[in-house]
Amino acid sequence: MSAAPTLERSTAAIEDPQPQASAPRLEARSLSVSFDAVGRAFEAAPVLRDISFDVTPGEVVAILGASGCGKSTLLRAVGGLDTGNSGQIRIGGNPVTAYDPRTAVGFQEPRLLPWRSVRKNIELGLPRELSRAAGAARVDELLELVGLADRAELRPREISGGMAQRTSLARALARRPGVLLLDEPFGALDALTRLKMQDLLLEVHAQTGTTVLLVTHDVDEALQLADRILLLGAEDSSTQAGATVKQLLTIPGRRPRDRGSAELVRLRSQLYAGLGVDSH
Amino acid sequence: MSAPAQDTAAPTQPPTTGKKPAGLPGGKLLLGLIVPAAVLLAWWLVTDVFGVFTATQLPAPQAVLEAGLGLMSSGDLWGHMGISVQRVLLGFLAGSAAGLLLGSLLGLSGLADRLLNPTVGAFRAVPSLAWVPLILLWVGLGEDGKVLLIAIGAFFPVFTSIHSALRHVDPHLVEAGRAFGFHGIRLLTTVQLPAVVPPVFSGLRLALAQAWLFLVASELLGASEGLGFLLTESQNNGRTDRLLLAIVMLALLGKLTDALLGMLERKALKTWA
Repeated sequence: MSAAPTLERSTAAIEDPQPQASAPRLEARSLSVSFDAVGRAFEAAPVLRDISFDVTPGEVVAILGASGCGKSTLLRAVGGLDTGNSGQIRIGGNPVTAYDPRTAVGFQEPRLLPWRSVRKNIELGLPRELSRAAGAARVDELLELVGLADRAELRPREISGGMAQRTSLARALARRPGVLLLDEPFGALDALTRLKMQDLLLEVHAQTGTTVLLVTHDVDEALQLADRILLLGAEDSSTQAGATVKQLLTIPGRRPRDRGSAELVRLRSQLYAGLGVDSH
Repeated sequence: MSAPAQDTAAPTQPPTTGKKPAGLPGGKLLLGLIVPAAVLLAWWLVTDVFGVFTATQLPAPQAVLEAGLGLMSSGDLWGHMGISVQRVLLGFLAGSAAGLLLGSLLGLSGLADRLLNPTVGAFRAVPSLAWVPLILLWVGLGEDGKVLLIAIGAFFPVFTSIHSALRHVDPHLVEAGRAFGFHGIRLLTTVQLPAVVPPVFSGLRLALAQAWLFLVASELLGASEGLGFLLTESQNNGRTDRLLLAIVMLALLGKLTDALLGMLERKALKTWA
């Protein structure tokens, strides 16, 4: 419940009568996440086991792993979308609750309601206690931030996949989450749109300062966006089933990073090796 | 009797001919009128011109028109139509409201579905007209019985459509709704109900057609007024012209009510689909 004061503070800030202020008003709200011996089994088949690590507030952590290794399962556990895990996950020091309001999820598919406009879809993410005027102001800001101000009244089927994903991101941000959970949000986009979305995410992070957990299977995306990369997978030496923390790498350098730097090339090879792929 | 009929016949003539220039810009409408016009012509030829059929077997088209005008001027036709429309609307509203309620309950609650669906399924398996003897016995085939029978006919299409639609609402959308803090009645009105609007309207239109079907059934079984009564009465009196008139009126009213519901549906689809 330590999140409550933070929430009030951010609500108060947005209702501050300074609508002309051009400086971004999406002020920082970020929470820590701690994993303590987290595991998850589906019908006695372990998928995840013994996952322990800490995420500091404002950090961007990429969760990398092969398909089906349990990346999304771990992310869903943080958001309280799945509550069947063992061990303990804490956000800002307090255990995760069902559909935890301190988190917001950006799914792989945009999952927009087809009968609502872009603006109305973003409104779905607004916290319940926010006043109408404050909510409208926040949606306006977010439309501006994700570059959809001129598409606000269109329906999801009238916009491109990239715009739909931006709408989904704005909807998640409307909650002013302490932890933003992104489940391969750019996975279905074309290469160019994907790069643009990565830049947008960095911009969003710079403005909001929110903690980000990003599930991805794209090594380059992880290297470009994350402060640290958590590599999930089954340990080679272990006979136990279920994925766990294989590597936890800190990525050097400030974003945006030079994709060709020698250090990143070395890390990329290391990650590919960890994923069981020859990096050639 | 025939003089006022003649009088009213004159003003009805211009609209029929006036339809053609109005239909000219809409070639589609004109195209659709070709077959009905040909049928009308053939009908007129075999009855009035060549006299292939007797008036009891198949009266001429103008005889049907005259019968209609006669019944209109005496006010009988309006009475028959009015009571039939009232029965259909009451039965349709009651049946579809019950279908929407029970379908929503079973579509949303897994427990209610497991508890009640086998029972509802068993009732659905009974051809609805098989309930007639029981209705006669318990309610009688007065107004209540008729409306009840029509409601039974309207119930199942609506129930089935909303039940299965709610069961198949995209689970991704429902989960996204939950992830953003929606649950219970708010989740229902924000995500689930809007998602099922299109299939529910298909169910409602089916139910309306069923309502007309069961209206005729109930009025054939015993009535002192209504279009179904006009059918049986005319058959008994050898008034085939009136019998055909009743059929035409049923077609017109059925089409009219369906078109009204269709307008509502288009409006709803524009908003929700």
